[in-house]
Amino acid sequence: MRTRFQQGLDELRARLLRMGGLAEQAVDRACQAYTDRDLARCHMVLEGESQINQAEREIDELAFDLLAMQQPMAVDLRFILAVTKINSDLERVGDQAVNIAERIMDMVELPKADLPVDIARMAAAVSAMVRRSLESFIEGKAELAQAVLEMDNVVDRMRDDAFITLVKTMNDRPEVTRQALDALLIARNLERVADHATNIAEDVIFWVRGADVRHNVAPEPPVHQEVTDTP
Amino acid sequence: MGVGIKVDKLNAWFGKTQALHDISIEVPANHATAVIGPSGCGKSTFVRCLNRMHETVPEARATGRVRMGDLDIYNGTSAVQIRRQIGMVFQKPNPFPTMSIYDNVAAGLRLNGFSDRKRLNEIVERSLKLSALWEEVKDTLKKKSGASLSGGQQQRLCIARALAVEPQVLLMDEPCSALDPISTGKIEELIFQLKEKFTIVIVTHNMQQASRVAEFTGFFLLGKLIEFDKTEKIFTTPSDKRTEDYITGRFG
Repeated sequence: MRTRFQQGLDELRARLLRMGGLAEQAVDRACQAYTDRDLARCHMVLEGESQINQAEREIDELAFDLLAMQQPMAVDLRFILAVTKINSDLERVGDQAVNIAERIMDMVELPKADLPVDIARMAAAVSAMVRRSLESFIEGKAELAQAVLEMDNVVDRMRDDAFITLVKTMNDRPEVTRQALDALLIARNLERVADHATNIAEDVIFWVRGADVRHNVAPEPPVHQEVTDTP
Repeated sequence: MGVGIKVDKLNAWFGKTQALHDISIEVPANHATAVIGPSGCGKSTFVRCLNRMHETVPEARATGRVRMGDLDIYNGTSAVQIRRQIGMVFQKPNPFPTMSIYDNVAAGLRLNGFSDRKRLNEIVERSLKLSALWEEVKDTLKKKSGASLSGGQQQRLCIARALAVEPQVLLMDEPCSALDPISTGKIEELIFQLKEKFTIVIVTHNMQQASRVAEFTGFFLLGKLIEFDKTEKIFTTPSDKRTEDYITGRFG
């Protein structure tokens, strides 16, 4: 057993989980800020971004060191590659949370408008996707990741519905165009977060099964049993 | 050109101890195939069975079928004939210390009664060029002994010696384990080039080396062939958990 290498993998995993926690928290705060029109929460999201960026750099550095110094193979190689990609996706999740917060800060300046779109429901679905994609990483379970992929279609439909409804609202009620545009952009940001959660789930499947399921390409049969004892 | 090797239910023993169990494998022609596994797993015994060197050990024996092209290695073919067609390079470079560089390369041919001096010169030059040593030794071919060369040069000299008899297969048993990284790099580059003309089987403990030089890799454990596949598959998504545990350093 390569003890030092195993410690490095454990450290990488722990750091990615902390990073996942920060990204998930940023999305939840942004979604809550939308519901409550809460500027304080928006500021918390903006202030948290630097922490996420810092975590991204540290994770990449550790992954780079492990690749260079330990020459990992097979499941370990797949794990480290997956971590670097998940790391990048989590950082982008943080960016989307910031975009949402900035959009809410703009909305709060405007008179409140009753818009025919359920952003809170979409936000809940997206938050669940992020949470479950991270759970699939923690558990090393490809089935959990597979479930996240299936949720992406639901969020895509919500985004499409929001677009149709909000464009119609802008036509029918020009006085709420800015509010509707903000809501439309938030729906788009949320859909992007869902895409990142999907990417994370795909990377977990790659790590666990060694199968590339991106872009709806049918996966090859699993190489062997699920990962249970790796980092 | 190299030829493929087909091994069918090969078993090998040292006295009463069975070292190989029912090994069946097809080594493709003009490719490098790596044999990996922990110490004592039977990988060296396996390659030594391919050119019948295994039987040179007292009380050692082997059963099963090994075919190299049209040649049945264990049936109706002499060991000498086999070894002329299957060259071997060992872990430690072993040039003949009292012979010049030239004589080292020519030794195998002379042993087979080859005496055409002009042709011999051509073969020595071609073999040293194939082993990427020619430029370094061409001016001292008959002046310097093989033992005066560096470790990496000695190993390339041994490769030239093996190539001089024009084998179809080259077996390499940990050919770089005694060499520094620069010499190792040269040998690996050489293996890459030699594949065009020969079939190569290389035993190595260095998994990075296997992944760099071989298109196919077989993993041995306790005398059994656990997995044989394309090298990229073995080192990224092996099918057997034991292979994965070995190459990720979880045992062995």
